[in-house]
Amino acid sequence: MQRFQTAALVALRLLIGWHFLYEGLAKLTNPYWTSAGYLADAKGPLGDFFSDLAASPGAIAVIDALNAWGLTLIGLGLLFGLLARPAIIAGIVALALYYLAAPPFPGMEYSMPAEGAYLVVNKVLVELAALVVLLAFPTSRRYGLDRLIFGPQPEPTSTAPAAAGRPSTPEPAPVQEVQT
Amino acid sequence: MSPEEQRNEQDQEEGRWSRRSVLKALVSVPVFGGFLAAYLDKRALERARRQAVLQELGVSETGPAVIEDFMSRPPGERIRLGIIGYGYEGEALTRFAGFASPEWVEDATRRQREDPADKDLETYLAQNDLNVALTAVCDLYGPRAEKAVAASTVDVRPGGGSQSPAKRYDRYTDLLESGDVDAVIIATPDHWHAPISIDAEAAGVHVYCEKCMTRTAEEAVAMLQAFRGSDVVFQLGHQNRQSESHMKAREIVSAEILGPITLIEGTTNRNTPWGAWVWDIPEEAGPGNIDWAQFQENAGGTSPFSLERYFRWRCWYDYGTGLAGDLMSHEYDAVNMVLGLGIPESVVASGGIYYFKDGRDVPDVFQAVCEYPERGLTFMYSATLANGNYRGLQFMGHDGTMRLAGSLDVVPDNDSTRYDEKLEQGIISPDRPMFTYRPGFKGIDAVTSATAEYFASRGLLYTYRGGRRVSAYHLHIAEWLDVIRNGGTPSCDIEAGFEEAITCHMATQSFLEGRKVEWDPVRMQIV
Repeated sequence: MQRFQTAALVALRLLIGWHFLYEGLAKLTNPYWTSAGYLADAKGPLGDFFSDLAASPGAIAVIDALNAWGLTLIGLGLLFGLLARPAIIAGIVALALYYLAAPPFPGMEYSMPAEGAYLVVNKVLVELAALVVLLAFPTSRRYGLDRLIFGPQPEPTSTAPAAAGRPSTPEPAPVQEVQT
Repeated sequence: MSPEEQRNEQDQEEGRWSRRSVLKALVSVPVFGGFLAAYLDKRALERARRQAVLQELGVSETGPAVIEDFMSRPPGERIRLGIIGYGYEGEALTRFAGFASPEWVEDATRRQREDPADKDLETYLAQNDLNVALTAVCDLYGPRAEKAVAASTVDVRPGGGSQSPAKRYDRYTDLLESGDVDAVIIATPDHWHAPISIDAEAAGVHVYCEKCMTRTAEEAVAMLQAFRGSDVVFQLGHQNRQSESHMKAREIVSAEILGPITLIEGTTNRNTPWGAWVWDIPEEAGPGNIDWAQFQENAGGTSPFSLERYFRWRCWYDYGTGLAGDLMSHEYDAVNMVLGLGIPESVVASGGIYYFKDGRDVPDVFQAVCEYPERGLTFMYSATLANGNYRGLQFMGHDGTMRLAGSLDVVPDNDSTRYDEKLEQGIISPDRPMFTYRPGFKGIDAVTSATAEYFASRGLLYTYRGGRRVSAYHLHIAEWLDVIRNGGTPSCDIEAGFEEAITCHMATQSFLEGRKVEWDPVRMQIV
């Protein structure tokens, strides 16, 4: 892969990691933060389910803790390139839930006005898509702690026919050792 | 060999723990360093701002300092309860005491099946079992009396188990003298509140009475005399006394966070026929199953039989107290709970029948201005029954404004002298609350986020006690029963009730006579 491509992908991973980490830490350190209001206002296919959760203090306590810790750990994973693959997958799941809780579909109005103008696609969906890109083009075993844990991943060579689309070597699962 | 192939080869030669490899693995450390620096900086700033605000205010971050446990002890001996007046309110109160009508249970079960978000049935079944028996009912309309009897044996109830049926009485005096009741809930039209309450006191029966406490000022004085010093426990039905936000509001006012309060604005806005007391008239109702003569007692007694007057009694001063007694009473009682205002020195009221010109004689647009010169403030009430724009209840002080709804928030005033430095430094701003209190969740939120404020102001959050969603009505009845068993003072006792009734009657009298009225505390009269 071209140096520039790698640098862009690593930068994207760091930026999303930074964002998740701060979202998580901000919630962990604010004793008054709760997802209840957000969930109570949920619309879309899972709206009723989320509203029900909001009405249950027990469920809210669990959801709040999962959210705050989940975001923090995902953020650290992306930032340090540590267990990046599970972190990316967890991030995609989290963003999918956020998107489904408040999808900007026509006809759906929310108590909290959006900071921009959205129709079907919003920034949550764009960030989700960016994580999918990171899943397709992993970088943590070249630039990240996964390199030390799982060994350096060979770079796809630019001479390979499918270089632009996918790594020329079959993409190994993070737990598998690459033969060096 | 391409540059990539060269790098791969280099990687393999050097191994994963080479200096170059470790450096590559740690490429994000400088980024994390940057994150940490920015994060700590931001956190320090926010902390300083929060500390500055809370220190200045001297108010705790937690919930109300004292949330009275609504049951001081588990309910001991069973209390035999009577219900007098089983209309909409009477049925609701009986349910909150633990006895829903079978019809209601059926309806709520269906609603829950159709819409899982409908929590009425769940909330009802999760109520504390108050250990009461519904032994006696009295209603002047036959079908409602029978419905109340059916409620007394309902088997879907908190605690479970069907009880023996209540006895139906055609006259409340027989119910009070039967020896079968220890306590009664009075949810009749206003014109019957005082006679029944006073007779109950004489019979040694404890009273939970709906607001407005009485229909006239004279009746209010008579009730005060009957219940002051009596062993009979009296609770007036202002359930807002159980609201956490109202308790927190009292704390905020005592901490003088708002500065001198000069104006309090309480409002009601409704925009439906139902909200304007145009209630349903059952098809089967008629002279054959309504005791019209008894209904008319204590109300002048001259009007011929009228289904409208019977079922929509709030539209006539013969039976009710109009906007003053029905809705201003709530706003006033909330203010009285927070500030301990008492009876105003004078009241001026005006209004008219401007929208619901259906033969009623009570106004549907009504404003009352209550003066408290000794406290240096005015309480102003404003209502229309033909517009739904929610305006809420606001306490306006020199240094800030407190808005009280399901939640509570305090916004600093732009020209506050107390907060001028903090306003200048941008630590607080009139654009956002200094703090918000959201009942049932996580206490008071100094320098709150815009999101939280938004949700709180829309009343999307529920009321909780001990982690359970509960109704303020249930808490209010439970408190009354607790005082009956274990002693103490109910939160809306006869003194608070008297102040409520007199204030409302001053407003009504001012409206009817078209003049400013005053309260003479010596002669106990409106003059």
